[in-house]
Amino acid sequence: MSKTVTTEPTRRDFLYIATASVGAVGAAAVAWPIISSMNPDASVLAMSSTEVDLTPIAEGQIITVKWQGKPVFISHRTKKEIQEAENVKLSELPDPQPDSARVKKGKEEWLVVIGICTHLGCVPLGHEGEYGGWFCPCHGSVYDTSGRIRKGPAPLNLALPPYEFTSDKAIKIG
Amino acid sequence: MSHSNYQPKNSVLAWIERRLPIFGFMHGSFVAYPVPRNLNYWWTFGGILSFMLGVQIITGVVLVMHYTPTSLEAFNSVEKIMRDVNYGWLLRYIHANGASMFFLAVYIHIFRGLYYGSYKEPREVLWILGVIIFILMMATAFMGYVLPWGQMSFWAATVITNLFSAIPVFGKSITQFLWGGYSVDEPTLQRFFALHYLLPFMIAGVVVLHIWALHHVGQGNPAGIDVKSDRDTVPFTPYATVKDNFALICFMILFAWFVFYIPNYLGHPDNYIPANPLQTPPHIVPEWYFLPFYAILRAIPNKLLGVVALFSSIIVLAFLPWLDTSKVRSARFRPLYKQFFWVLVVTCVGLGYLGSQPAEGIYVIVARILTAYYFLHFLVILPVLGYFETPKPLPKSISEPVLGKSGVAVGIGARAPRKN
Amino acid sequence: MRKTALLIAAAALLGSVSAQAAEQAIHIDRQPWSFAGPFGTYDRAQLQRGYRVYKEVCSTCHSMKLVAFRNLAQPGGPGFTEAQAKTVAAEYKINDGPNDKGEMFERAGRVTDYFPSPDPNEQAARARFNGSLPPDLSVIAKARGVESGVLRGILNMFTQYQEGGPDYIYAYLTGYGKPPAGEELTPTQHWNSVFPGHKTQMPPPLTDGQVEYTDGTPATVSQYARDVSAFLMWAAEPHLEARKRIGFQVMIFLIVLAGLAYYTKKKVWADLH
Repeated sequence: MSKTVTTEPTRRDFLYIATASVGAVGAAAVAWPIISSMNPDASVLAMSSTEVDLTPIAEGQIITVKWQGKPVFISHRTKKEIQEAENVKLSELPDPQPDSARVKKGKEEWLVVIGICTHLGCVPLGHEGEYGGWFCPCHGSVYDTSGRIRKGPAPLNLALPPYEFTSDKAIKIG
Repeated sequence: MSHSNYQPKNSVLAWIERRLPIFGFMHGSFVAYPVPRNLNYWWTFGGILSFMLGVQIITGVVLVMHYTPTSLEAFNSVEKIMRDVNYGWLLRYIHANGASMFFLAVYIHIFRGLYYGSYKEPREVLWILGVIIFILMMATAFMGYVLPWGQMSFWAATVITNLFSAIPVFGKSITQFLWGGYSVDEPTLQRFFALHYLLPFMIAGVVVLHIWALHHVGQGNPAGIDVKSDRDTVPFTPYATVKDNFALICFMILFAWFVFYIPNYLGHPDNYIPANPLQTPPHIVPEWYFLPFYAILRAIPNKLLGVVALFSSIIVLAFLPWLDTSKVRSARFRPLYKQFFWVLVVTCVGLGYLGSQPAEGIYVIVARILTAYYFLHFLVILPVLGYFETPKPLPKSISEPVLGKSGVAVGIGARAPRKN
Repeated sequence: MRKTALLIAAAALLGSVSAQAAEQAIHIDRQPWSFAGPFGTYDRAQLQRGYRVYKEVCSTCHSMKLVAFRNLAQPGGPGFTEAQAKTVAAEYKINDGPNDKGEMFERAGRVTDYFPSPDPNEQAARARFNGSLPPDLSVIAKARGVESGVLRGILNMFTQYQEGGPDYIYAYLTGYGKPPAGEELTPTQHWNSVFPGHKTQMPPPLTDGQVEYTDGTPATVSQYARDVSAFLMWAAEPHLEARKRIGFQVMIFLIVLAGLAYYTKKKVWADLH
């Protein structure tokens, strides 16, 4: 190789570093659109609410509706179920939360929870298990009539979606 | 082949190196690899092409995550990418214009090879691998153009697959096999999608062979003479790396100009009309990079011969090492060939223009003349020229004209390694 | 030298051939669009007026299936507020369903809905319009263009001319007139000076004063055509502003990087001799 001794190493090194760092900034900037494109797109973000008419749901019945691609359980609870949920001592619960914090005031007969087991994401079965709430067939988590975890590997209660009553007998989830 | 006895100093890297000599291989290929010191900027397009292949694969993979290859949803899913997906418009415009930039670079790369005789002994296999890459690129680009399922997509697919119907006896069954039906339809779209995803990786594989062959025989150079001593070369890094890097960034400026300011300039408005199998657009044209070949196809009045001419015009390139009988590589020292080279360039550009015009009147006549000349160049002029042409005297070595009487023996484009 | 002469000769040949081609093409004037050029942006008020024209005139026959009400409020668009977009959506009746009883039902539009089509399907539209189909307007501004010769075409690359679509739409909407002597029209055909073949199935859609403008802009056919062309350009290319803005940043960045790369290259090669 015919390379000769360089006379101004500092200036060349500076140019190397400057070019390389500006190039690195560019590469990072280019990576962003590629990563960002995998986030939920504008149409998915816009589709965030579901309206449900509660009139056809009989007392004691649980229905499943889809919200943001996920199952949401709407349980029209009986007097007995509400009482069972309200009478549990918080100290007995793995994830202590009173029933009143999980329903809207004055609408205690309506329980709205996201139907995804907090263990690993299966959909629990309604009116199953020893607490009369939900039972997850995947790994045996048991939920009560308030959707709270009572037994099994799941760490948390069934999550509550954001929702509001748009009239006496209709809700809007999301 | 190894160009260095590189040993990593880091103990972990050294541990790996003893088991898989990858660092020595990389060092030998991209750091110590000796390149002729007189390479000009026309030699930077290999690097640019590798970059473009990477860009197309990366943007393509991301686009596939949002694309639906069905005849009902393809058009809408592309529009969804343009409208709803975060930066989807950017990714799609990069991918669509990237195809054009890829071809621009490959055409410059090919004509550089033609001018400097890069296909001559011992680089015949290197050249043929390049022709294979070019054919794979054309197949990939064509199938990719079909995917948005606009009017041009659909009718391009119809016209190009119908080329095979020219084959005697089996033509009809071959086209039906290509379509997976009685016309271009959903099965065609889905197989084109599958192949459009596959072929770039095959291109990448052939590119590895292409670079392997290149590193085995060493790079050609503008003087077209062999490297004789270490004085004739410089190590790839930093010399070629910084030069390739500068050329690549300039190329990216051009690329960005198209993507951000004129993203639909190279496209055709009709491809924003959803595919309609019942109505052909009044004036269909392929993408610009296929126009010269399209002109050759249309120049021949016979269906079968037109198709044969189209494919021959590409295949003839593979035989170039044996068609050119001159022992001198570089056009710089071949006064007659240099002129014929530029006539060929003008012929190809002219064919490209004619391919974009309706096939009628004066256009057809000029297209026939240029098509005839295209083949004449390769099949007659090149073989004969080697016997009649008196080449200029060749320099003794690469380093001599550069280091010696600077500026005299140095022709156009060899400005790079001049003292400043 | 010979090379240059050859190139000039070739260019002249191409130029004369293309001039011949350009003569046959229909001439379409270029309009001054606010969204043209490297720093172009949409004129919000113009897009809002264009939307009015679209809604009151175009949408009675044409669909615009790819545009959603939420798009009206997205950045780089007509600049409707979220609340306004909601109001616009609620004015439309959307077919939805099936409900729990398996029946389709109508409800008020939401921002996530797409603009409903005036006809339930293509066949219904064709039945309504003597067999011809009014094209969907979602990407119409990119699906139309202006033919230009080779030299003009090459120039367009440098001048960033990308407004062939809106130029054509404007020229089309204002191009109606009486057919020249000797040209016969069937009862469903209309003479248009820029439409390919000149005989279009669409009756002249615009008349002066047809759509009420509240911002003092003249309520003329020419102004309506200009506004709705701009609106359709936005509908076809909703991220144009982001594209040009990011493009400028990318250009500045690349030019700086190219400068650095050039000096690095020069420095590295300088010590070779």
